[in-house]
Amino acid sequence: MHELSIVESVVDAVTETAAKYPGSTVKSVKLRVGVLASVVKESLEFCWELATVGTPLASATLVVNSVPIVVHCAGCGRDSEIEGVQSLRCPHCGELAADLRQGRELEIESIEIEEPDSESAGQPVGESAGPTVQETK
Amino acid sequence: MTTRIVELRRGILKKNDELAAVLRERFTRAGVLVLNLVSSPGTGKTAFLELTLRRLTQAGARAAALVGDLETDNDARRLAASGAPVRQINTHGICHLDAEMIAKHLDEWSNVETGVELENLDYLFIENVGNLVCPSSYDLGEKIRVALLSVTEGEDKPLKYPTLFNSADAAAITKIDIAEACEFDHELALHNINEIRPGIRIFETSAKTGAGVDAWMAYLEEQRAAISR
Repeated sequence: MHELSIVESVVDAVTETAAKYPGSTVKSVKLRVGVLASVVKESLEFCWELATVGTPLASATLVVNSVPIVVHCAGCGRDSEIEGVQSLRCPHCGELAADLRQGRELEIESIEIEEPDSESAGQPVGESAGPTVQETK
Repeated sequence: MTTRIVELRRGILKKNDELAAVLRERFTRAGVLVLNLVSSPGTGKTAFLELTLRRLTQAGARAAALVGDLETDNDARRLAASGAPVRQINTHGICHLDAEMIAKHLDEWSNVETGVELENLDYLFIENVGNLVCPSSYDLGEKIRVALLSVTEGEDKPLKYPTLFNSADAAAITKIDIAEACEFDHELALHNINEIRPGIRIFETSAKTGAGVDAWMAYLEEQRAAISR
């Protein structure tokens, strides 16, 4: 139910970042959503269509990557991925593991932008827009 | 054209989280214990809170409540009968409370004649909008999140809504006076909550008979004492 407000926050943050790359178009937005984040992928996708109409992100696709639960077991000391969300038990020793290390993520991982080839392209304007990890022509 | 991947690694609810952190600091500085009560509609949050406020007020503690609902101030009027200051937050369709609403209402509250200052409180309760999904994403700056579950809802509710129970610091099972009529298997309910949130404190209560409320009051007192003023 709250996916629309979540998507609106994504649109604001991405629009802000994209503005640092003048003339660019956002092609896709990648999210990391933990299985314990209370957010439904299909709802996000549905709301994305609605929330991006008339914005610079209208043609951008939304990619939602699910992040599984990882718990740290106090008994055996191991970090393990857990299938599903029904029981936080260490898969190695069967103990309940209260120490959650992963699974509540709700974050924007990266955005893919397309920039025109020109002398000014390639350098973000203003503050650092975060590290650029990949460039392809 | 050049394609570029810009890594953001940014929390989607960063603005809410930042504001919640500011609130949390304010609460700690003021020495007030803040609890966020979350459950489905109809679990009995208001009855539970009514009794809690009455007991605290009778014991000489200074407690107040912010209560969230989509519409009406019915709950605030009910809770005000306890003698504690209460303020209604109407979200007008929004399914959860967020940190901005809390900050705004606290500011407005301190500006009215019968206002409430955090520094003058021992406890502040926030009764969230009845919803088992959305409120779990929004940090309100609380110290303790309490998930409530009534015996009428079934023992498997924690398994059906794991995200909320997993994000809770304490749990209360309500309406235990009618547990038998509902054939409520309380061992199974305790087991299910513990599978989702291992080690969580669980209180079995009845606002009608007052059962289990002493243990809850002792917990509140203990948590309040743990805050450094």
